[in-house]
Amino acid sequence: MRDQHGIQAESLVREYKGGIKAVDGIDLRIEPGEIYGFLGPNGAGKSTTVHMLTTLLPPTSGTARVAGFDIVKQGPQVRSAIGAALQEAALDPFLTGREHLRLQASLHGLSRDERKRRSTELLERVGLSLAADRKIKGYSGGMKRRLDLALALVHEPSTLFLDEPTTGLDPQSRTALWSEVARLAKGEGVTVFLTTQYLEEADVLADRVGIIHRGHIVAEGTPDELKAQIGRPTIEAVPADPDQREAIEELLLQFGTPTAGDPLSVSIRCESEADLADVIRALDAAGLHVAQIHMHEPTLDDVFLAKTGTSLEGAADEEELEAVSA
Amino acid sequence: MTSRRQVALALAYRQMTVLIKNPALFLPPMLFPLMSFLAFAGGLSRLSHVPGFRYEGGYTSFVFVFVLLQSAAFSGVFMGFNVARDFETGFARRLLIAVSHRSGLILGYALSALLRWATVAIVLTIVAVIAQMKIGGNGIDIVGMYTLAAFLNFAGVLWASGIALRLRSTQGAPLMQTPVFLALFLSPVYVPLDLLKGWIHNVATANPITYLLEAGRGFLSGNPVQVLLAFACGLGLAAFFGIWAFRGLRRAERAAG
Amino acid sequence: MRTLSQVWEIAWRSIVRTMRQPAQIIPNVTFPLLLLAINSNGLRAATHLPGFPTSSFLDFFIPIAFMQGALFASGTAGVDLARDIDNGFLNRLALTPMRGVALLLGQLGGAVALGTIQAAVYLGVGIAAGVRFETGAAGAALLFVLAVLIALGFGTLGVLLALRTGSGEAVQSSFPLLFFLLFLSSMNLPRNLISIDWFRDLATVNPVSYMIEAMRSLVIEGWNAQALALGFLFTVLMIALGLAGSALSLKTRMART
Ligand SMILES: Nc1ncnc2c1ncn2[C@@H]1O[C@H](COP(=O)(O)OP(=O)(O)O)[C@@H](O)[C@H]1O
Ligand SMILES: [Mg+2]
Repeated sequence: MRDQHGIQAESLVREYKGGIKAVDGIDLRIEPGEIYGFLGPNGAGKSTTVHMLTTLLPPTSGTARVAGFDIVKQGPQVRSAIGAALQEAALDPFLTGREHLRLQASLHGLSRDERKRRSTELLERVGLSLAADRKIKGYSGGMKRRLDLALALVHEPSTLFLDEPTTGLDPQSRTALWSEVARLAKGEGVTVFLTTQYLEEADVLADRVGIIHRGHIVAEGTPDELKAQIGRPTIEAVPADPDQREAIEELLLQFGTPTAGDPLSVSIRCESEADLADVIRALDAAGLHVAQIHMHEPTLDDVFLAKTGTSLEGAADEEELEAVSA
Repeated sequence: MTSRRQVALALAYRQMTVLIKNPALFLPPMLFPLMSFLAFAGGLSRLSHVPGFRYEGGYTSFVFVFVLLQSAAFSGVFMGFNVARDFETGFARRLLIAVSHRSGLILGYALSALLRWATVAIVLTIVAVIAQMKIGGNGIDIVGMYTLAAFLNFAGVLWASGIALRLRSTQGAPLMQTPVFLALFLSPVYVPLDLLKGWIHNVATANPITYLLEAGRGFLSGNPVQVLLAFACGLGLAAFFGIWAFRGLRRAERAAG
Repeated sequence: MRTLSQVWEIAWRSIVRTMRQPAQIIPNVTFPLLLLAINSNGLRAATHLPGFPTSSFLDFFIPIAFMQGALFASGTAGVDLARDIDNGFLNRLALTPMRGVALLLGQLGGAVALGTIQAAVYLGVGIAAGVRFETGAAGAALLFVLAVLIALGFGTLGVLLALRTGSGEAVQSSFPLLFFLLFLSSMNLPRNLISIDWFRDLATVNPVSYMIEAMRSLVIEGWNAQALALGFLFTVLMIALGLAGSALSLKTRMART
């Protein structure tokens, strides 16, 4: 169902018992029909945000509207307008896929006929028709995620929340889910709020990305805008002869500033408008030989690094260490 | 190279620290014998008035010995749950790889079970003394009673470990527990053997635990009976389930590669 | 109307889930039977006590099987709900227009289903083994109803425990406390034959005694209005209190706006 309202949040805060501010003043403006990627490492506050926006958890302060309804004052209306596949993909191992759909549909008040039609249609859509009458116990991770998506769609919601829908999935299941999500947004006008730890997922799937770190949104924009903020690409050259390494480094520094990289290679971040061809011509003129030379466009990880001082993977480890020592 | 004894001690040490840090694991095995003791000693004492009930020690002592044996057997079984859990978490696999004298593992679990039961037995004994249980036996008698219970503790942990080593999953818990429960209750729990009638009398007569129980009751009241038979039963049970457990260990080793 | 159909859907799921775990049902059904077989023989000598109300200990003891069945059913309901909380299934339900009360009543569906199966089995086995109802078929039917209500009552306690702790392990380890109630009741002897004062007092204030005595009266006494009234009263009270407590806990557990 086409969404008309999108999602708006203002200074959303959630403090857990013990004073942990899991979400610390988040503002959101998400357009109807947009896929918004909420990117952050483990423990950044993604699930807490989703729980607040889906009315499962009252915010400590701040307000938000989802599908045109206030998440605090109009909980039931919000819930009937949204679908959600939460992080745990909680399914009952002893029920079949079809039985799950039946339960979900009847709790949403669908009539007997509608229930049947909708179940069959959704099972078909997520590719579970054949497995529909098998117990969840035997489902793979990808099948569970797909069923979870189908369950979220039973009542034709206009807004969809997906909390780390592809974590732990193999690449094939991941792309299948991506195309289904893209179809929902582009084809049916459903607004999608999707959290992820994967740069690639945010990059490929999201219209706009918000990077969350320790409860704060540290950067927001389309993937291209974000990368453009970092701006310049990096160039990495592997000397053909290790003895020429220093000479190559000296020459490359004319084009930009040094950055960290593989110790065997020389990496710089371009400064001027120079392109790869200029660099190669200069190397050639100086009689220096390289085995390989690459130019990398900035990635979202570069953005994350620039905004937080750590890379996305490093940040996750850091959080985990904190959790262990706590 | 670590010796068998070092392996056993290290494992026992670990088990005890785990236990002390987790009251949830510690309390139920402690509560159950206390509950049984209170329920039997408090609720059933009138049974000593049944015609033909002969025991010098009083009903509290009569049930105390049963509960002591029960706590010994079940402390062993609970340790078997831990063995199974260690296999589920992969910890046991690491032990199998790290340790040169693998039989030390079984001894370590058995030692842990013994220590664990000792804490239960101490609390149980204190409660019984507070409840003014009559103690007719002398020091040697009492040592004899606790030794018999220790045999059962040993047999219990070996039996349960044997299951755990074969199934390597906590799903096997009912299989460890139920036969021990049955064996315990198919003995003269509430009244002396002569007062049991019908099939249960025959089963109890064939049940080695009956002889541990009767000798233990004899020790506590100061009239030891059938002591040699009881010790033979205790030793026999421990030896039999020892073989069972060590064979289980071989199976687990083969499965772990 | 809407709420009713929600109750039915959630109950249906709870029942299906329970029935599809035979590994869980079978021990729950058979264990009380084993205990019945053992104790009705092991304690038979009690019928020789002066003043014992019947000559068949089986008749006297059969209500305990229903009580134990109810306790197991309650544990199942509690552990199942705790698992739902733990793994997020409750959140899935909370996102639908489901009413809280539908969740509570529905969740008890599994407990009631299990309780019904158990009651039917115990009644059948009991009658086959020679239990005779002084109150005839009507009394047997009434006992059946009371047993299912008791399963529902303990089910509410299991659900309450699950909602308060949110962890299956916590439910399972507090479960022995419920058994404590059974142990400290007139389970093994009539209250007037309990000779230890503090135990008799505990059994007298323990509502479980009255549930047992109501069932027992139907078997061994004939129509005893007072025993029945007390038994039903405490059962209904337990259901009401358990539901009220659960409803309160659900409010904090499911904090949706
Ligand atoms: N129920 C809770 N009680 C206390 N702290 C919590 C709770 N849930 C999450 N947290 C903490 O809040 C922070 C954010 O968690 P979460 O929103 O789950 O992050 P994410 O989904 O991005 O991994 C973490 O530090 C986490 O430990
Ligand atoms: Mg999360």
